[in-house]
Amino acid sequence: MSDKFIVEIISPDKSILKSEATEVTIPSYEGQMGILKDHIPIITFLRPGFILIKNQDEKKYYVEEGTVEFSNNNLLILTSTVKDLNKFDKVSIANFLEAVEKKLEDRNLTDKEQYIESYKKDALKEINQ
Amino acid sequence: MPSLDDLKKRIKSVKSTQKITKAMKMVAAAKLRKAQESAERGRPYSKKMQNIILNLTKSINDPQNAPKLLVGTGEDKKYLCVVLTADRGLCGGFNSNICKLAKTNFRKILDEGKELNIITVGSKGYDQIKREYGKYVSKKFSFKDKKHISFNEADEVGKEIISLFNQNKFDKCILFYNNFKNVITQIPQAQQIIPAETKNLKENDAKNFSYEFEPEEDEILEDLLPKNISTQVFKALLENAASEQGSRMTAMDNATRNAGDLVDKLTIDYNRSRQASITKELIEIISGAESL
Repeated sequence: MSDKFIVEIISPDKSILKSEATEVTIPSYEGQMGILKDHIPIITFLRPGFILIKNQDEKKYYVEEGTVEFSNNNLLILTSTVKDLNKFDKVSIANFLEAVEKKLEDRNLTDKEQYIESYKKDALKEINQ
Repeated sequence: MPSLDDLKKRIKSVKSTQKITKAMKMVAAAKLRKAQESAERGRPYSKKMQNIILNLTKSINDPQNAPKLLVGTGEDKKYLCVVLTADRGLCGGFNSNICKLAKTNFRKILDEGKELNIITVGSKGYDQIKREYGKYVSKKFSFKDKKHISFNEADEVGKEIISLFNQNKFDKCILFYNNFKNVITQIPQAQQIIPAETKNLKENDAKNFSYEFEPEEDEILEDLLPKNISTQVFKALLENAASEQGSRMTAMDNATRNAGDLVDKLTIDYNRSRQASITKELIEIISGAESL
């Protein structure tokens, strides 16, 4: 028995990835979550962060939001804001980060918005290093 | 019998029309490829999203307390119809087919004494519907100036639908659009999005999961359902864009061929009448010579 399951990342305008994986780490709304084979069926949300897909190699994607469903050893990630880290250039990250920081200064943000934006900031800072 | 000059002019005009239709066909063919690609790439997302929603619907134990967006208001009195059409004409039966289907449904809804509310997306649909059902149209969208349809446009429509729902303006929402099957076949479709349709459940009927939710089920549903509405609208827009180009391409291809036939026929007429006038002149000369 292999310990692999299928992971799919789909955005509204195209399929980004479909491959096998041994372990996937996702930034779930309530914390990092590692998924292995035969996980119980689950539906959850993503907050800004990184999706880490482990097979023989490792793949890393940046996401801002999304919906995750795991059932029958199929991990499905639906998101409209996914970026392959290798194709994410420094300039756009910096611009992005600036916009987020500006937004965080706004006092009228709701708790939820603040929560999301601050995670966005952390994630962006991490790749920028 | 039209004069030679008249025929010549007609042939010329048909030929230039043919040039136009031919150019339009080429443009449509080029656009079609792009539109078809994005429609096909967009399918998995909306399908999977729909699947999650359907699975969720099944795992709900307490239908009374479930979000109304998912299970409906439990009533069947007010309808919202969203008619998605193109912004441009000259694409065969594309717009009329959607409108025809929509109108049949409107009539049925009204005959049953139910309330009707219409949102049109695309100016052509509004033009066709306004004469008979103009007073029911509550909002019209047009993305004429947008070169490319993105998720934002769909989101705009989706938000409008949801805000109307929250104001209790309707119990059921139906989308009308053309489903792109291939270049020559597009099937007008009526898809009910609120409450989510559960009848096409075939494949995943057997497996019934009890999902773990994180955060709570209500929170997930609250976020997911509006997203699903926009996704379904987006899918419909993409399918429509592909269908429009396909339909235009076929229509323009037919028009080009038709113009070709017409040119052939007119050329024969032209040659015949030219020959007739030559013969006539000859007869005149010969009979003139004979009479001498």
